[in-house]
Amino acid sequence: MSSTFPPAAAVAPPRPKIAHDARAAGRDLRPLLVLPGLAVVLGLFCYPFIYGLILSFEPLEGGPFANYIAFFTNSRLYGTIGTTLWLSLPITIVNVGLALPVAYALRKPSSSQRIITTILVVPITLGTVLAAEGLLSYLSPNGWMNRALLDIGLISEPIRLLHKPAAVIISLVITGFPFAFLMMLSYVTGIDPTLARAAATLGAPPHRQFMRIYLPLLAPGIAITFALCFVQAFAVFPSAVMLGAPAGPTRVISLAAYEAAFEQYDYSLASAIAIIMGIVQLAVVGAVLGLRNFAYRGPAASGKG
Amino acid sequence: MQGLFASPVAQKAWNTTLFVVMLFFLLNVLAVIAVVVVNSLGQRWFGGWLPDGFTLRWYSTAWAEFQLSAILVVTAQVAGAVVFLSLLVGVPAAYVMARLRFRGKGLVLLLFLLPLLVPPVTYGIPLATVLYQMGLGGTIWGVILANLVPAAPFVVLVMTPFVEQIDGKLEDAARVFGAGTLTIFRRILVPLLLPGMLSAGLLVLMRTLSMFELTFLTAGADSQTLVVALYYAVFAAGVRAPQSTDAMAVVYMATTLIWLLLALRFVDPTQMVGRVKAQRA
Repeated sequence: MSSTFPPAAAVAPPRPKIAHDARAAGRDLRPLLVLPGLAVVLGLFCYPFIYGLILSFEPLEGGPFANYIAFFTNSRLYGTIGTTLWLSLPITIVNVGLALPVAYALRKPSSSQRIITTILVVPITLGTVLAAEGLLSYLSPNGWMNRALLDIGLISEPIRLLHKPAAVIISLVITGFPFAFLMMLSYVTGIDPTLARAAATLGAPPHRQFMRIYLPLLAPGIAITFALCFVQAFAVFPSAVMLGAPAGPTRVISLAAYEAAFEQYDYSLASAIAIIMGIVQLAVVGAVLGLRNFAYRGPAASGKG
Repeated sequence: MQGLFASPVAQKAWNTTLFVVMLFFLLNVLAVIAVVVVNSLGQRWFGGWLPDGFTLRWYSTAWAEFQLSAILVVTAQVAGAVVFLSLLVGVPAAYVMARLRFRGKGLVLLLFLLPLLVPPVTYGIPLATVLYQMGLGGTIWGVILANLVPAAPFVVLVMTPFVEQIDGKLEDAARVFGAGTLTIFRRILVPLLLPGMLSAGLLVLMRTLSMFELTFLTAGADSQTLVVALYYAVFAAGVRAPQSTDAMAVVYMATTLIWLLLALRFVDPTQMVGRVKAQRA
């Protein structure tokens, strides 16, 4: 993989930049170093997707569109789109809506910023399975939450949250909010604070600094955070099974795909469901990113305004 | 409306509200984690704030019941292989992305971003189908390959700014003295990139340890990592004492959080979510 480099070019003093110029180096083989990494993505990500797409048009029985027809005529299957959207969209709005003001309030480096980010990184690191296991005890009728609410006197008998959509929603907040917060924080801290200070010297009060300086600059970050949070929430799987009612109200689309693949061994139908899942995600992400392009076109996104 | 928000009292009330909401959230997160630890140490816990008494016996029960030693070996093998392989393919690719210009670079960048943006369940099912067709499904190699899909692009994205920070003149100088690309990597780039590789490796390690979906879809009975075994233990609840499942959960937490503690010395927490900032289209 070693590239042969014309020695004359390297010695010649007038053009020292030539070492960076791949074409001038003649046969520069260094771009080939990207190939192993690219092979992983092409072989293990792109190929399976294409394979799955083709497989989804080769159903076990029926014509090429039989899987898709089956999906959209069976309420147990097409209903999962609504169920999953109903779980994931509102909670994404809540997570991002909460993350934005909190990240903005913590934009200056401080000890509280460090403590909060450190605590919030823990649920992300532990993941949904552990959060679900903790919530199984925490939300149970004898759990700490009900006990606290009973002792305060807010409720007279334990509220039942487990094996209902509520528990899945709580788990989506526990793992989704820290993710949204850390993403928003990285965007907020990436904005030059002197911009807001300049606005302040011109007499802008804090809320106007936020509305006129930060918000337009944050718009792309908010859109990307929303898109990523939504896509993750839409793919909710373990907590919907562990905490929810996977037979009915929290039968999410990933569960339908899993059942098709590993319980009915119908990989063709499972691929079709996975493709539909990807299309719905793409549609919502496209809508969000399109909305942000529609709302803020122009140089507002550059940090040098 | 404008005047209302502008007043200092409103500002203070707003900040206090945010503080209370945040405190409430953090308390709940800590309680959800603490309840697992307390339950794993409790003898019996039917009501009341705390169990009747404390014991360590659930840990030995869990160790035997779930064959934790075997699961830990598999987990270490999978995580170690994924970290090693993702660095092996990711660092050279990051070098190319940071240093070179070539036709189709935008497309290559998109290909590296996609596996990080598409959730694992979505591509995990077609991927598992392909792996089972190749006879790798249910084996430890299938689990390792599946986990490489998000890990390798993640290394590329984390390492690219680290490569950019290294002065290109160092490589030029080495080339003047006749060093080939391999020597430059071995003697110049890898030593200078070690801090970055450490961060990237730790982040990949933690992501692999907590990667449920891909491992779940591709693992067989003897290639489960700890988090998948934990899921099955909860799923098959009722057979075993819940405390013993929680003891296993604590073992899982310990193996993950040790690395987190180590990682926080090198890494900014916002890096854990994989910053996509630099890659704005």
